[in-house]
Amino acid sequence: MEKLGCEKKLINVTNDVSVIGSGPAGIVAGISAREFGAKKVIIIDRNNWIGGILPQCIHDGFGIEEMGISLTGPEYIDKYVEKAKNLGITVMKETTVLKINNELEIFAVSRKGLMKIKSKSIILAMGCREKTRGNLIIPGDRPSGIYTAGLAQTFINLYNIMPGKNIVILGSGDVGLIMARRLKIEGANVKGVIEILPYPNGLPRNVVQCLKDYNIPLLLSHTITSIEGKDRINKVIISKVDKNKKPIPDTEKIIKCDTLLLSVGLIPENEISRNAGIILDDSTGGPLVNQYYRTTIPGIYACGNCLQVYDTVDLLSIHAKIAGKQSAKNAIKGKNHNNYAEKNIIVKPGTGIKYIIPQMINKTGIIDFSFRLEKPNKFSKISFELNKNEIFRGNLKYSNSTGIINMKVKIPNYSPKSILEVILNE
Amino acid sequence: MRKFQIAIIGGGVIGSAIARELSKYFLDIIVFEKGSDVASSTSKANSGVIHSGINSPPKSLKARFCVEGNRIFHQLAKELSVPIKWTGKYVIAKNEEEEKELVKLKDIGIKNKVMGLRLIETDEVNFNEPNIKCKSALWVPSAGITLPYQLTIALAENSVMNGVKFLLETIVIDIKKNNNYFEIKTNKGIFKSDFIINAAGLNCIDIVKMLEEPDFRVYPCRGEYLVLDKKYAFLIKSLIYQIPQEKFGFLGVHITPTVDGNILLGPTSEYIAEINDTRTTKQKINILLKEAKEIIPIIKDKAVINAYSGIRCKIYPPEYDGISDFRIENSRVNPGLINLLGIESPGLTAAPAIAKEVVKIISKNIVLSKKTKFVSKYDKYIKFSDMTNERKSKMINKNASWGRIICRCENVTEAEVINALSNPLGAKTLSSIKYRCRAGMGRCQGGFCTQHIVRIMGEEFNLDITKINLKSNKSNLFIGKTRV
Repeated sequence: MEKLGCEKKLINVTNDVSVIGSGPAGIVAGISAREFGAKKVIIIDRNNWIGGILPQCIHDGFGIEEMGISLTGPEYIDKYVEKAKNLGITVMKETTVLKINNELEIFAVSRKGLMKIKSKSIILAMGCREKTRGNLIIPGDRPSGIYTAGLAQTFINLYNIMPGKNIVILGSGDVGLIMARRLKIEGANVKGVIEILPYPNGLPRNVVQCLKDYNIPLLLSHTITSIEGKDRINKVIISKVDKNKKPIPDTEKIIKCDTLLLSVGLIPENEISRNAGIILDDSTGGPLVNQYYRTTIPGIYACGNCLQVYDTVDLLSIHAKIAGKQSAKNAIKGKNHNNYAEKNIIVKPGTGIKYIIPQMINKTGIIDFSFRLEKPNKFSKISFELNKNEIFRGNLKYSNSTGIINMKVKIPNYSPKSILEVILNE
Repeated sequence: MRKFQIAIIGGGVIGSAIARELSKYFLDIIVFEKGSDVASSTSKANSGVIHSGINSPPKSLKARFCVEGNRIFHQLAKELSVPIKWTGKYVIAKNEEEEKELVKLKDIGIKNKVMGLRLIETDEVNFNEPNIKCKSALWVPSAGITLPYQLTIALAENSVMNGVKFLLETIVIDIKKNNNYFEIKTNKGIFKSDFIINAAGLNCIDIVKMLEEPDFRVYPCRGEYLVLDKKYAFLIKSLIYQIPQEKFGFLGVHITPTVDGNILLGPTSEYIAEINDTRTTKQKINILLKEAKEIIPIIKDKAVINAYSGIRCKIYPPEYDGISDFRIENSRVNPGLINLLGIESPGLTAAPAIAKEVVKIISKNIVLSKKTKFVSKYDKYIKFSDMTNERKSKMINKNASWGRIICRCENVTEAEVINALSNPLGAKTLSSIKYRCRAGMGRCQGGFCTQHIVRIMGEEFNLDITKINLKSNKSNLFIGKTRV
């Protein structure tokens, strides 16, 4: 087993539950762990504020599904921060986790020094990062004025700095849509949102409230084929794309601009998980988990955007609560809880399904699944087939986007090494 | 009007290496760099390879300075605390035709006095490099890798420590020869100098034109690269080269590990019209991925985190079939103007040897006397991530900002960002921080750390943060405040 390799001069801390990340997932999971009996809960965060990305999300829409009210990001997180304080949860700010291992040791650093934190349970809640120009390999010059949408949001909302005046946004992810509106309100000229897919990528409500209401053009089935500008960006070249997302020759158009925002997807942050030996799912980018959100290392749980990229904070919080609860149970009951020898059912995404969580199940009864379709579909049915026998069929009422879908399915008795395949029937 | 003995035009690796070599002597030296930092052009955008000398024609300056430079690097990298890895290189042959070329390469290498060359079979290649597809290979143990921008920065800053004056964002507008000195007009004023060292890289011809009719032309030749995420570092340990395509006069697409753990695919080779056209193109990106996959089939498109390109300064046209050698010469028309022309690959490797050659040329004209107090050591940019845990704890105890990580992809601390910002050259762009401490160079490409760096620039250095530039002085990051 791997040791952290540094036993001298360390600040040693012992906890029931340690949470990595103080964004909504981390805070909610920490609170839930405390409420379900974990005595000492700490939350570690690399920044000097609590709440992850939410303090810069000054638009509303947070809490609608979960609480029935629409809050801004700061309002939403404040409710939980207050609760966490009252429950005596410690948040270690400006503390970066360098490494964790399968003995549930966290190796971190802060202005106070290096520290080793021993825990009975660990909750991973590191969130996600934005895809960059490099991930898409957009050709052209490499000038200034190219930002991920979230970074532009940071500068406008937290620093009151304007990144630019004439804006093009690539990708219709939710952050991009929100930023289109935000920049328009700040007086920028938002020239359009360019989306490679034939449908918008963000939530339908954001398409209406952020683009349509502000007369911002949305160009579907288009992409940027070149970025130009020696010093600061001065134009982008866009093209129509075919069904295979390949640019169609002779459809190029020039859009002059001084700023390009990228809202082209989010990547779960799992470098710590990978290095610890936790197995990741290629489709979600997050750890493989069972129905308790336990990863492939006993005692380590995952929630929030490092598990899967959520569409709304509401569902994220609902799931994080379960991870918190289970981590507390594990901390109280000791190593045997949840520590089944076998992952008895392997859950596989079948035809038309992009991914599904949990990826493994080791109990019978009602299991809450969340999954995404590969592309939008109307009036389709979803079959759950346990060893090729259908055990559940669900109707999709509304799925003209690729948002997360939830289904509760009763798992009957099963034999070890069963396979549950989830299939879309059009 | 300030008077200097030596004026170096260009703060690339060549200009900076010359500055440092000359700073060992009692001389008044000034360097003019048009960019906002040193290594702002070709010197930052290349493979970072310390070549062995097997690719240069015997008896050429390229071969001589490459082999000599390679030897000097062992000591130089230590003195300047620049990371270097002697990874060795495999030139691979995919078929029997190419195997014949391997033999030729080996012969050239032997003539150039490159040690340890060995032809080896697939099995042995795959024992060391299991992910490579090839028929056989030439093993070149003396090849290595370094960080070209970090080397240039260290050379430049170490020479500042030894009394050289560096002026950034300084463009040479005109030069006149007056009796026995040159008068150099720049956007920062007029300077006098006894010698001019033309290390302006792609702009070398512009400098020559200010004084005389050039007898050469510059043919800019672009090379594009792709950078892979560090998590793919396991793919290769050594440099993997294909057989050089001689008709193009370049070494072909190769796969290069970097000291930092990223892998580079590239470069391509394409003659272009403009010396500053560093764009990347879809066509070449696709070629790079395709060729790389032929050598390492398991490379995936999504491993790419960045693309860039650099421009070679070629002074011979594509159709020229003679030896396209470096030109290092004291002008006959204007003695004292020392021109360094066509310093393309292996220019990085040759840089320290070229610097010594320039000292030799100058010493024929004036008497040089060595300083007794030359400071050869330079280790400003120590990295948190390289330290032992004990050292980390000690550093944090002394200065708490060593415990605050700013760039989580590369584990760069606040102390390192502040250290990078207080560089002796006075470079204060976002890129100059990136090239000194790696903040922003990782997989998020600055998504997380940019705000912290901007904050530190405002808080610790009292800079107006709305005026921060990415690299050149026209590459502003922001347009101002959201509202007054």
